[in-house]
Amino acid sequence: MQHTSTQDTLVGLFVAAGIVGLFFLALQVSNLSSFTEQNSYTVTARFENSGGLKVKSPVSAAGVKIGKVSAIHFDPKTYESVVQLSIDSQYNTLPDDTTASVFTAGLLGEQYVNLEAGGSEEHLKDGGKIEITQSAIILEKALGQFLFKSAEEKK
Amino acid sequence: MIEFLQQLGIKTRTSFTKLGRGTFFLLQTMSGVLSVLPRPRLLLNQMHSIGVLSFLIITISGLFVGMVLGLQGYYTLSDFGAEESLGVMVAASLVRELGPVVSALLFAGRAGSALTAEIGLMKATEQLSGMEMMAVDPIKRIISPRFLAGFLSMPLLAALFSAVGIIGGQLVGSGLLGVDEGAYWSQMQAKLDFQDDIINGVIKSIVFGFVASWIALFEGYDAIPTSEGVSRATTRTVVNSAFSILGLDFILTTLMFGDH
Repeated sequence: MQHTSTQDTLVGLFVAAGIVGLFFLALQVSNLSSFTEQNSYTVTARFENSGGLKVKSPVSAAGVKIGKVSAIHFDPKTYESVVQLSIDSQYNTLPDDTTASVFTAGLLGEQYVNLEAGGSEEHLKDGGKIEITQSAIILEKALGQFLFKSAEEKK
Repeated sequence: MIEFLQQLGIKTRTSFTKLGRGTFFLLQTMSGVLSVLPRPRLLLNQMHSIGVLSFLIITISGLFVGMVLGLQGYYTLSDFGAEESLGVMVAASLVRELGPVVSALLFAGRAGSALTAEIGLMKATEQLSGMEMMAVDPIKRIISPRFLAGFLSMPLLAALFSAVGIIGGQLVGSGLLGVDEGAYWSQMQAKLDFQDDIINGVIKSIVFGFVASWIALFEGYDAIPTSEGVSRATTRTVVNSAFSILGLDFILTTLMFGDH
């Protein structure tokens, strides 16, 4: 009987350790605890070019992460990229003339959407639209323009 | 030439026959799983010998794999000035790949070979036939509890492996190499997704547990009942489990992570 009860304890410890491991992975390693879809609202922004933006790219305001990109698709009528931003609902006081721009974190870093608040009294609502947007800066395009310009100046 | 073709035919046919026997055995085992539930003691004993006794090798290997990942990752990432991403690298490679795969390989070596040898010896010493004589179904009494125990232990072992590995990477990364501890964890949390990374890793380990237990038990049950036969069956368990785990890992990875 002594033998079986120590065995029970060991199996119990093993199962508990495994479950603790799973919880550790869920809470400490992944983003389960920090941001969930439930308490967030969605706004859309249209960009001429959304560059290397991906689903789950961060959305930040004043350098603080407040949400993430939940969907990106191409609008075949206006030839624009339609980006859905899901923003944490505790930040529901963004004015409706907020500017959205696609920026790059560092020279080689990942791309993110930066929101810059405007001066309007009205707030952005769930399903709302961000009217003023600034496209991603495509490095090749900018370099091309620069080279073209400096060649023109030499003439 | 004709003889070679004959040999080839016989080989192919025997391997298909074996696969058929294996599938039949798996179905029998799975239908026997239900009759394990009223007798939890059988399951508990097997959880002890399969899970608890593999605990040490899994956690220690996990710790060292995590530490090595931390060291190697640091040297590559520091070339790009991206040491802060060490946490992402260690955690993503452990949770997605190394955790499920390496723990399944260790599981096949540690628990799978023991299962094959045990069942093979039971067959060689005619204990299984003896049970049948007493109208006890050896599949229900012997095989199914072991199968269920392996199937349940594997995800827990893989989760432990990954968790211990991530801590090991952090010990080396921020203890030895001076990566910022906050950046290690926060970048990891920002990049790893619960659904895409953790759940998919757990699904992988469940599949590997299923396959490794099946192969180990079937090889034992199907062994030629001599000492040589049991020894060959044990070897086959380790070799076949390793092949199946790595092959399945490739398929699962393309299905899960193929589009990004």
